[in-house]
Amino acid sequence: MSDETLLSARGLTLSFGAIPALVDVDADLWPGEVLAVVGESGSGKSTLLNVLSGRMAPQSGVVWYRDPARHLHDVHAMPQPALRALHRSDWGFVHQNPRENLRMGVSAGGNVGERLMAHGSRHYGQIREHAIDWLEQVEIDARRVDDLPRTFSGGMLQRLQIARTLVTHPRLVFMDEPTGGLDVSVQARLLDLIRGLVRRLNIAAVLVTHDLAVARLLAHRIMVMQRGRVVESGLTDQVLDDPQHEYTQLLVSSVLQA
Amino acid sequence: MLQTQGLGKQFLLHLQGGLRIPVLDHVDLQVQAGECVALVGPSGAGKSTLLRSLYGNYRADTGHIRVRHEGEYVDIARAEPRLVVQVRSRSLGYVSQFLRVVPRVPALDIVADAARDMTQAQARARAAALLLRLNIPKRLHGLPPATFSGGEQQRINLARGFIGRHPILLLDEPTASLDNANRDIVVAMIREAKQDGVAIIGIFHDTEVRDAVADHLYHVTAMQDS
Repeated sequence: MSDETLLSARGLTLSFGAIPALVDVDADLWPGEVLAVVGESGSGKSTLLNVLSGRMAPQSGVVWYRDPARHLHDVHAMPQPALRALHRSDWGFVHQNPRENLRMGVSAGGNVGERLMAHGSRHYGQIREHAIDWLEQVEIDARRVDDLPRTFSGGMLQRLQIARTLVTHPRLVFMDEPTGGLDVSVQARLLDLIRGLVRRLNIAAVLVTHDLAVARLLAHRIMVMQRGRVVESGLTDQVLDDPQHEYTQLLVSSVLQA
Repeated sequence: MLQTQGLGKQFLLHLQGGLRIPVLDHVDLQVQAGECVALVGPSGAGKSTLLRSLYGNYRADTGHIRVRHEGEYVDIARAEPRLVVQVRSRSLGYVSQFLRVVPRVPALDIVADAARDMTQAQARARAAALLLRLNIPKRLHGLPPATFSGGEQQRINLARGFIGRHPILLLDEPTASLDNANRDIVVAMIREAKQDGVAIIGIFHDTEVRDAVADHLYHVTAMQDS
């Protein structure tokens, strides 16, 4: 078991006017581990994801990332080009709305292949082959490779975004409500897909979700946020089955049993 | 293989005005390799709570739970979450009463997914063999178990628990919804696991099953509300 974290945050604090979005938040992520961040709307979980991934700067606190050569980087002190390079190579980001990440005027295959080209691939035939392979991995018919994303359903768009994100084999993926806004029938398939890919490629992930069932099925560990604070964290099943904090008890007891 | 010392557990229910429910106090039990300890006691005494605490599913408030993991002892009551994840993956298996899985995943994949130290092909072959042994016919292997009967789901769960070949296995009512024929198969599987040196702690409501597998009994007594 490696003792070196992949990502470490200490004392993250950020307010929007009088509203605290993050209050002295610490977080650690180890290689190959899935960490879920749960809480209601406005709890600060999406803000935390944006700050951890360097997309938003905290007012105080620090985020450390350890690269494959084991060098530590202060994410918020990195020059913009270096941070962008990191987002194109070691990291991936899966948005709730796949349109934020996809290029809607470019074919499905192009959306996947583009990431490979940004990563340095130049051989057109190989890129196309690789893109088709990834479409199949996310269960999109290879015959749709030249179709534009706008002809895809919501579930297919989400799977295309996942293919585009994972094609470069990132070590760390940030996911913001990846199953939100999808039909329940599509959600289950997507969950199984994400679980399989994360495990097979040994990807570490920070997963933001308001759905406790999603957290249970995907995450090793969980952090519960309320009004910008982490009120409880630990083993996913322990926190959900034996919640200690009043707010976690309320969240868990409020879930409808289907 | 597993030893507890002064283990205590209470539930504090914030939503019920801070109601405290003490469940376990001073639990000292141990199990050796190749041995089976049965937890006994009336309904509501805390048998399941104890078993869940041993797995780290419930948080122990006091005491220690020392579990043998790769040549050392890890205290489940205190270990970092990610170490508990490792212990569960390699050393400590658990068969719960209910199956909780990603919907729409076929039974065979659910079982094969829990295998370790083998190729995917080996895992699938082993999963199929286990399911067949537990009388889950081949035609059901490719179906998600959501529509299966209670007894079938329990057998999927058992196959999933046994395929990992953990050196320590916790069993929560493994035969509760099974008919006699399937019950006897599970008894045989537990005995074989013991012969292989697996240490088992279980709750067996069925006294015949308990007599057939248990070497020792551990009495769990209900605590008075304070």
